[in-house]
Amino acid sequence: MTTVKPLILAAAFSFAASAAQAQVELQWWHAMTGANNDVIVKLAEEFNASQKDYKVVPSYKGSYADTLNAGIAAYRAGNAPHIMQVFEVGTATMMAAKGAIMPVQTMMKDAGESFDPKSYLPAITGYYSTVKGEMLSFPFNSSSMVMWVNRDALRKAGLNPDQPPKTWPEVFEAAKKLKAAGYATCGVSTAWTTWANIEQLGAWHNVPLATRANGMDGFDTVLQINAPLYVKHLETLVALQKDKTFDYSGRTNTGEGRFTSGECPLFLTSSAFYGNVKANAKFDYSNAPMPYYPDVPGAPQNSIIGGASLWVMGGKPAAEYKGVAKFFTFLSDTDRQAKLHTESGYLPITKAAYEKVKTSGFYDKNPLLETALKELTNKEPTENSRGLRFGGMVQMRDVWSEEIEAALAGKKSAKEALDAAVARGNEMLRKFEQTATR
Amino acid sequence: MEKRAIFQGRLLPFALVAPQLAVTLVFFYWPASQAVWQSFLQEDAFGLSSEFVGFANYRDLFAKADYYRTIGTTAFFSALVTALSLSIALFLAVQADRQLKGGTAYRTLLIWPYAVAPAVAGVLWFFMFQPSLGLVSQGLRGLGFTWNPLLDSTDAMALVVMAATWKQVSYNFLFFLAGLQAIPKSVIEAAAIDGARPVRRFWTIVFPLLSPTTFYLFVVNVVYVFFDTFGIIDATTAGGPAKATETLVYKVYSDGRVGGDLGGSAAQSVILMVIVIALTAVQFRFIERKVQY
Repeated sequence: MTTVKPLILAAAFSFAASAAQAQVELQWWHAMTGANNDVIVKLAEEFNASQKDYKVVPSYKGSYADTLNAGIAAYRAGNAPHIMQVFEVGTATMMAAKGAIMPVQTMMKDAGESFDPKSYLPAITGYYSTVKGEMLSFPFNSSSMVMWVNRDALRKAGLNPDQPPKTWPEVFEAAKKLKAAGYATCGVSTAWTTWANIEQLGAWHNVPLATRANGMDGFDTVLQINAPLYVKHLETLVALQKDKTFDYSGRTNTGEGRFTSGECPLFLTSSAFYGNVKANAKFDYSNAPMPYYPDVPGAPQNSIIGGASLWVMGGKPAAEYKGVAKFFTFLSDTDRQAKLHTESGYLPITKAAYEKVKTSGFYDKNPLLETALKELTNKEPTENSRGLRFGGMVQMRDVWSEEIEAALAGKKSAKEALDAAVARGNEMLRKFEQTATR
Repeated sequence: MEKRAIFQGRLLPFALVAPQLAVTLVFFYWPASQAVWQSFLQEDAFGLSSEFVGFANYRDLFAKADYYRTIGTTAFFSALVTALSLSIALFLAVQADRQLKGGTAYRTLLIWPYAVAPAVAGVLWFFMFQPSLGLVSQGLRGLGFTWNPLLDSTDAMALVVMAATWKQVSYNFLFFLAGLQAIPKSVIEAAAIDGARPVRRFWTIVFPLLSPTTFYLFVVNVVYVFFDTFGIIDATTAGGPAKATETLVYKVYSDGRVGGDLGGSAAQSVILMVIVIALTAVQFRFIERKVQY
């Protein structure tokens, strides 16, 4: 009796183990909350139901920065997830981590999945590809920056809401009229300070942020964000901050509520703000492309993306990569992408999905959802508008923000602030170059 | 009496001390030594390559005016928070110590904030003082004050000081109240009979008798502002505007965790550790002499 029992138990265990082994679990770490979290869970469930060999397990790991740090810590502990969602400014960090990551294009090829980088929107894939055009990560949730417009406010100020201001001078003029019409504390504002007033500004005007194609061509990049365009823009904002025609709303998106509450009638932030506006704005709203300076030749160029992509971590068995590859093929499916885009407001990542939604006439009723796409595909991306790749970008954004804050508070001139932003940023880039290229 | 008589041999005393030693070794000396070791390295975030750079991380820090400014900010911030949270708590405790109707409810209300996590407290304050939508800022605007912690460094400092103080007052209150209730009433009554006024009674009898509590709280509060306030700072100002509210511990966090600069961050935490050890030593060496147990 005493010898039989363990045998039965052992048999039971080995049976359970073999049943579990048949299905390969794939860990997917992400930073999506609320409705976006539901999208992720739903996608994983659909994929798991569609086949029997693999099981995608999504887990929420906190903010984008937290997720990145959790992934790095897990990698150092030898326990990295298969798929990690990394926001666009973490791209250089991931790219420099050769050996820690598995290039998506290589993985798809090895796994025998059909994969054509050209079927994805170039404005999106450019951000996540090497100079040679090899896609390193898989685009997932992408957005861009647009100007949100309170149509009721424009009407109140005697402006035509169907013709929102197109250029920066027009925006400032409109902001002054809005201020006179009762929007005294904020005519126009931006969230994501550096994304709006440095990064997108550069791409949209085809002006470099840094040498070496904004860092895409190498780590030995030198910042140029103290060029005349940036100085002029910041100088104007500083002047308008004095009477709150422009009013600063913080470094991240915590100030977005100023638009939905009706305080700021013109507000530049992510196109992914759509869900929030839809849920909270109690006024007639729309959005428009980012403004530009008409005296800059060729402006507007094209905008750059925000959001995140999916990185595959290195050092996993081939069988598991096969599952990840299958999952990515599943995600790229045209119908699925079209549905994802129209339901969540994320940009479609493939050309086919974009075409499908376009021909379905969806944008005629929902022009808001096309604004960001039109900006991204406005012109063929150039060296200055393909994307950015700076090591330590998360912290560098803070440094740039600090200098902008110093200028807006009147402690430094715009030129001094941007010179300091360049000097401090270059120092960080050199430090990154030192650790990344060893 | 010979001390050795208590334990036969050395094994038993060592065995009894061992668990405590093990805990200290694992949870203090091991991580601290790791931090010291890391501060001599320069590493990428993934730890794929690391290089021994000697004191380069320290030299980098001390070569920057930024770092000295952060030290200054920390000194100002911690002095203000410690002084405010101790004096406000003492004042409230003295009031609560009186025989009042509904005193228990009053005490409970004062203790509650201690149960709030620092980050939650930070967010709470952030919402109240958010320049455009915050209730308090709207009120201030109504009174004709402009309040903008996003750009005004004084406003931002005021905000983090208030939030950090508010968070710590409950803890101090609890200890002060316990200390006050331990003071024998007869001593105070005797002084009252001798004709000492309440203020004089407080400063000559009550406050000296509270000195062990005050000293303990002083040490604890300094450690609190040095280490535990980064959640509040992160949630309210994120060290801004333009570094005006960046303290040493917040810089460790933002450089190491956000910036991925582990070597530089480790060097900073070693310096921070040295500062706090020195401060505590000074406190015990000089201030403790004035404490009457």
